[in-house]
Amino acid sequence: MADFEPKVVAFVCNWCTYAGADLTGTSRIKYATNVKIIRFPCTGRIDFMLLLKSFANGADGIIISGCHPNDCHYTSGNFHAKRRWIMFKELMDFMGIDMKRITFSWVSAAEGARWAEVVNSTVARVRELGPYVSYQKMVNTHIEEEVTNE
Amino acid sequence: MSNIAAKAKELLESKAVQVVIGYEAGPTGVVRPAFVTDPAKTDSLIYNENCLQNLAMYLTKHEVKHLGKMGIVATLPVMRSIMMLISEQQVVAENIVVLGISDDGKLLDIADMNVMKAHIEKSNLGNPTKDQEKLAELNKLSLEEKFKFWEQELSKCIKCYACRQSCPMCYCIRCSTDCNQPQWIPVQANTQGNIDWHILRAMHLAGRCISCGECGRACPLNIPCHLLTMQLSDQTYNYFKVHAGTSVDMKSVMSTFEPNDKESFII
Repeated sequence: MADFEPKVVAFVCNWCTYAGADLTGTSRIKYATNVKIIRFPCTGRIDFMLLLKSFANGADGIIISGCHPNDCHYTSGNFHAKRRWIMFKELMDFMGIDMKRITFSWVSAAEGARWAEVVNSTVARVRELGPYVSYQKMVNTHIEEEVTNE
Repeated sequence: MSNIAAKAKELLESKAVQVVIGYEAGPTGVVRPAFVTDPAKTDSLIYNENCLQNLAMYLTKHEVKHLGKMGIVATLPVMRSIMMLISEQQVVAENIVVLGISDDGKLLDIADMNVMKAHIEKSNLGNPTKDQEKLAELNKLSLEEKFKFWEQELSKCIKCYACRQSCPMCYCIRCSTDCNQPQWIPVQANTQGNIDWHILRAMHLAGRCISCGECGRACPLNIPCHLLTMQLSDQTYNYFKVHAGTSVDMKSVMSTFEPNDKESFII
């Protein structure tokens, strides 16, 4: 596991966290390169299915980040997102899918250093947990069974 | 003639409704839904402890809707479904006459939606006791055990979508599973896709599930998929103090918010 490099996908909102991540770069702050940032118009746009899709396609960890409450560019997108993630987290806990792999955070456009911290802590945590094989391997179980039955 | 049959006959004869949706015994004695349009044929309507199906799912179906005003035999979960459908503007209150059934199987006099609301409010709005016990049992397990349980249960799923079809709240004409660009849910039944589907279904029913348990009953493989939505309706109450289907002007839980919604996991 020593040479395991976690793949982390970050779904971020255009107005706060994306700008914040930009600031991290322009401030020359170094952070883990494991993260792939995907820009969304708002946290309210981030569908929970995107998370499941990224786990299915090989992500080991996920970051979801947007504007702090009351700072949303569209006034209330992050409040709606918050309700959705509360429900999503409860469902994941109930189904036994590890929420330690998903980081939810609010990072503003002025918090470049905080973005580096969020990414670094997530990558470190996912590195400890190892690759998310228990989710990824499920896709082939039926096919494998069919092959062995033949 | 039972009370229900008499009431249905009266409603159809006075043209207050054009169709009564109820239960009848099929040729082998198995209870099945009945759509009675002729006042002379209301005698077949029955109600007994086997009448479990949530009939509210027919209210949004085009074939039934076009018959005209509907009378419906409604136990508590059906009444809550009707409330929920009205609050989501899927049916019009004036087009529905409720033949309410109390918990002990007696015909209730539900004159309008206010009477129904009062009846719902004094009933038990939580999950059925049997399911609540199972939920408590599952919640005690560790994360790995829970995952193992659901992986095993959901690996059986054959994607027949009976859970979706039987649900009164799953009325979308085009479901996101039917959409193939992007393909959110794979067509074939593999464990991962099955889990994706059941997460999607539960999330789309968050704050809307009225705990009738119809999805679990409809499942041909006996997957307890109703526990997923029931867990979420439990949590909806925990977090937002809302029971689905309790008033006609209820605001949708997932499309409204309170600025001070409590959570502890967002850093």
